[in-house]
Amino acid sequence: MLQTAPRRKKSTASRAAPHERFLEAFRWMLLARTLEDKLVSLYRGGLITGGVYVGRGQEAVSVACGLFLQKGDIFAPLIRDQAGRSAFGEPLVDVTRTYLGSRQGPMRGRDGNIHRGRPRDNQLAMISHLGAMVSVTVGVLLAKRFKREKNFVGLSCIGEGGMQTGSFHEGMNLAAVEQVPLVVVATNNHYAYSTPNDREFACHDLVDRAIGYGFEGYTIDGNDLTNCLDVIGGAVKRARAGRPPQLVVASILRLSGHGEHDDASYVTDEMKRQPFARDCLKVAEQMIVDLNLVDPETLREWREDAAAQVDQAIATAQKEAAPEADQEDWCAVSTRRIADQIE
Amino acid sequence: MSITYLEAIREAQAKLLRDDERVFIYGEDVGGTFGGAFKATKGLAKEFPGRVLNTPISEDAMVGAAIGAALEGMRPIVEMQFADFSSTALNQILNNAGTHYWRTNVPVPITVRLPCGGTKGSGPFHSQSMESIYAHYPGLIVMTPATVEDAYTMLIEAVTIDDPVVYCEHKYLYYHLKADKLPTEGGLPTGRARIAREGRDLTIVAYSAMLHEGLAVADELAREGFETEVVDLRTVKPLDTETILASVARTGRLLCVGESFPWGGATAEVISRVTSEGFHLLDAAPQRVNAKDTPIPYHPNLWAAHRPNAKTIADKARTLLRE
Repeated sequence: MLQTAPRRKKSTASRAAPHERFLEAFRWMLLARTLEDKLVSLYRGGLITGGVYVGRGQEAVSVACGLFLQKGDIFAPLIRDQAGRSAFGEPLVDVTRTYLGSRQGPMRGRDGNIHRGRPRDNQLAMISHLGAMVSVTVGVLLAKRFKREKNFVGLSCIGEGGMQTGSFHEGMNLAAVEQVPLVVVATNNHYAYSTPNDREFACHDLVDRAIGYGFEGYTIDGNDLTNCLDVIGGAVKRARAGRPPQLVVASILRLSGHGEHDDASYVTDEMKRQPFARDCLKVAEQMIVDLNLVDPETLREWREDAAAQVDQAIATAQKEAAPEADQEDWCAVSTRRIADQIE
Repeated sequence: MSITYLEAIREAQAKLLRDDERVFIYGEDVGGTFGGAFKATKGLAKEFPGRVLNTPISEDAMVGAAIGAALEGMRPIVEMQFADFSSTALNQILNNAGTHYWRTNVPVPITVRLPCGGTKGSGPFHSQSMESIYAHYPGLIVMTPATVEDAYTMLIEAVTIDDPVVYCEHKYLYYHLKADKLPTEGGLPTGRARIAREGRDLTIVAYSAMLHEGLAVADELAREGFETEVVDLRTVKPLDTETILASVARTGRLLCVGESFPWGGATAEVISRVTSEGFHLLDAAPQRVNAKDTPIPYHPNLWAAHRPNAKTIADKARTLLRE
């Protein structure tokens, strides 16, 4: 069972034989895809309020973001990082409780969908204003340095859309000034909502910015799980070893709308024929079959196991009560003696 | 021996750094031998190596980093060089720090120091008072100390509080305001206003530098036979409605004074609350005096007329007392 990945003292992913690491990553990708397909169904059936934002096509990049982090590391996932969140250790039920509005979820109905997090467990809760979480991750790393912790890294996710914000630039620059052990994984999915790359930026290659920030930069093919694991795993290792902050830029096509309310009709057929438009999960599965890494029966069992875990997480959340307005605290500060004075 | 408002802020930070290893100071030019644009951190970098750190001109990232450090157990103090520049960090302060406890149940104990308010010749971008913007959003405590003693004890309190605190320190008071010595004990609790002067004819509610204008007006009106009660809000959020209402119950007349722009804001909030909750206490329509609804002018002649001053406050008070 993969239900929750306990944060390892040492990442097994960094030591495992390449094919074992590949298979572990594949299973998290499969779990994320299974979960998100189910969430989409629930959304279309009217059972989820707000929006559903999936990482279809981004699972290979995302899983590599979560897989190499160890106990004490910090993870700042973004919109399309279900695979990474699961690999990092987020319980599936956190996802279903948040989407389905259970008051037992980490956000207790106060925030929804992908804005969830568990800061006490080193998983930061993103805000919608893109780029903002880079400097927050830097701050956590600064604090760890103040506290004389050793051997830690932070990994902050961003898209090519978020890379164009002022907040992102400030955060990157600060990371390099502070020389904190940060990895920033930027996934270019070729659309900021509906806006294609040519209206997002004009530089030749986003990774060229790394040198301007004082980062070391790498590019990856986001469809190729092996490539994602090698390069992101390497970046985490280098940051941990005290190299400058690391920027990894992945190229993929978002295989969904911005959210499930969006039919993505603006994605051209030509774009869909690009090499980066392949489905990373299918590519990974094909590799498993071609190299005969596991037999078809095992693959079938993994699918069933993922479906069972998802069903269980949804059933749990569906049984739980929704938040009630008349039982809500309605107070945005924690200091009780002050809170009592704020009406 | 005397100590200024500015020195009190420096001394409070020195004490915090000395007493609490979780505290560090982060901001533009705060470190090195420079000690900040107003010298509020002078000497601290040397006394506390590695804990008073210069940052790039990146207000957003400064606050973002403070949020992250606070989540990891630190107690950062961020110095904005001028309150005006905190507008480029609004997103981190309002949307990240301000929402965090509500969303995640994990509070963000950061203190953001805003050197605010006008001094002559400073112009539109080095003179602003931002308290009303921060008070408008949920999740923040907004302090506006008006005395040397409060500048000291409230800054210490701000860093102790588990929630984000916006600490508005008035630049005009930095050098003009002096006390004999620093307080040895804590002041009033956060969120409690102070009766700075007792009276029975009129209540002036003020905060920050405007407290002193209000007190000057009270002196002037006393010579004309009116006894003015002056309430120092100390924090605009929480707002001590109870103390204000009790004062209005004694005087029946309310005048609110704030240095920020006139549309909405702290003075409007006070009047709204008193009107809603204490309408029966009022003998005349409550009034307020704010700055003019233009950017803050550069030239001293214009600047002096833009902000409330003892004359404009006294004129409004006399009108109110005649009603």
